[in-house]
Amino acid sequence: MSSVILLEKVSVRYRIPRERIGSLKEYAIRRLKRRLHFDEFEALRDFSLEVSGGESIGVIGRNGAGKSTLLRLIARVMPPSTGRVVVVGRTAPLLELGLGFHGELTGRENVMLQGALLGFSRAEMRRRTPRIVEWAEIEEFIDAPVRTYSTGMSARLAFSVATDAEPDILLVDEALAVGDERFQLKCHQRMGEFRKAGKTVFLVSHALSAVRDNCQRAVWIHEGRLVRDGDAATVADLYHGWSIGERVALPQGLLEREKTS
Amino acid sequence: MSTPEALARVGIAPVYDSAAPRSRALEEARALWTYRGLVHELVVRDIKVRYKRSVLGVAWTMLAPLLNMVALTLVFSTLLKQQISNYPVFFMTGAIFWAFFSQTTSTAASQTQDSNEIAKRIYIPRSVFVASAVGVGLVNLVLSILPLLIILVATRFPIHPTWAFLPVAVAVEALFAAGVGLWLFTFASRFSDVREMYMVIVQTWFFLTPIVYHPAIVPAKYRYALWFNPLYYLVQIFRKPVYDGVLPSPALFGMSLAIALVTFVSGWIYFSNRADRFAFYG
Repeated sequence: MSSVILLEKVSVRYRIPRERIGSLKEYAIRRLKRRLHFDEFEALRDFSLEVSGGESIGVIGRNGAGKSTLLRLIARVMPPSTGRVVVVGRTAPLLELGLGFHGELTGRENVMLQGALLGFSRAEMRRRTPRIVEWAEIEEFIDAPVRTYSTGMSARLAFSVATDAEPDILLVDEALAVGDERFQLKCHQRMGEFRKAGKTVFLVSHALSAVRDNCQRAVWIHEGRLVRDGDAATVADLYHGWSIGERVALPQGLLEREKTS
Repeated sequence: MSTPEALARVGIAPVYDSAAPRSRALEEARALWTYRGLVHELVVRDIKVRYKRSVLGVAWTMLAPLLNMVALTLVFSTLLKQQISNYPVFFMTGAIFWAFFSQTTSTAASQTQDSNEIAKRIYIPRSVFVASAVGVGLVNLVLSILPLLIILVATRFPIHPTWAFLPVAVAVEALFAAGVGLWLFTFASRFSDVREMYMVIVQTWFFLTPIVYHPAIVPAKYRYALWFNPLYYLVQIFRKPVYDGVLPSPALFGMSLAIALVTFVSGWIYFSNRADRFAFYG
């Protein structure tokens, strides 16, 4: 077992000013007039989860349910407001290619920068580049500017960089929908290899079929709370049923909220 | 199932524990060192992108201060009849100093948005953005030494042995600029108008600092005002070795170093203690 993720009673609260105050001038004026009001928005509430190495977990739920916040916590992009997050192992999110780059830069230059974002040294990335390019099947275009790439090509290269980094925990947020059949199949294979190697995969997706195909376990999040945690197919079916109007028992406190909203 | 603590003891993997007590300033420093490769990549990206589609390329960095110099030499030596011997060299040293400071700090102030795009998705210490701003500034500074040398040769100005002190002066200035950059980055990540505000401040600051004029032209009764300007000291330790051919006095150097250190250390501590919140403002 090479990785462990532990979330203990985690809450993430965003403080949203009632009126959006983006400027220092406005902030100073309101502060002086004591007219600063904040709404609290809880993206995750009292959320507990334990994941051991070798699991692949699908994360499902409606828009704004807190799925991306969960991934951000694990990626340590964001600290929890209360509770505790423990992550053992190296995490790598699947980033869209071109993040932090300029389309003028070539595929190779992008790979170098993407690698640096993942914390690799230049020497290390130079060593890895040939293998990354080979998997992505874009040998001929690797020295062309990225602005000339198709969406599929960018996605292949991005997926290749992220998975070649050999993270213990791979975080995938809605990124596999692009690309053709062959690419989908290759991604599927590679995620299988990942699981066999005892690594953990988190897959956030609205495509329930992707969750059923790639994950054994799934968690359903609704309004920041954990609704179900279990076998991927079962949770996906339950969520699907609820989406089309079947009655599903939600955790205490969520049901009433549903009615009032 | 083995506990995270047990795994950590075996040392098989890095551990992130949000509840672990830690010194944020130290943690940020350690993370910046780990991600030094990223700083390098960001500096290279900035320079490549800037010159990829321009005709003059890197030469532009050198040409701009030369053109400025010609214009200001005309203005100051003919219109104001200021008595400064070899004004081109006097101006160029000040201009190089100023370009580094203003570029570095305003880049740091304007990078918050770009950095949010990235740092929302992947963990990286945000100090890499301030570090890369300093890095780009240093590359441009080195490039602008060439036009300075051209002026020195063209005006038959002696190259003093005190030039050897220049790297020390640059290091002190870089430390100060990094400190100001850290403060600005932290403010700018909370308030979007900090960047615009700083542009105005930097403009005014330029004229309040003896860059294009000699401090001697400031009337004696106002001269004390210069003492409150940190850049007044810093520009001198940069200019003296090149223009006057003397080393800065220990008092002047000590003052400059103290200003730079205080600004940097306070900026670093403030920045790293706020770093957690940046993700929420994005």
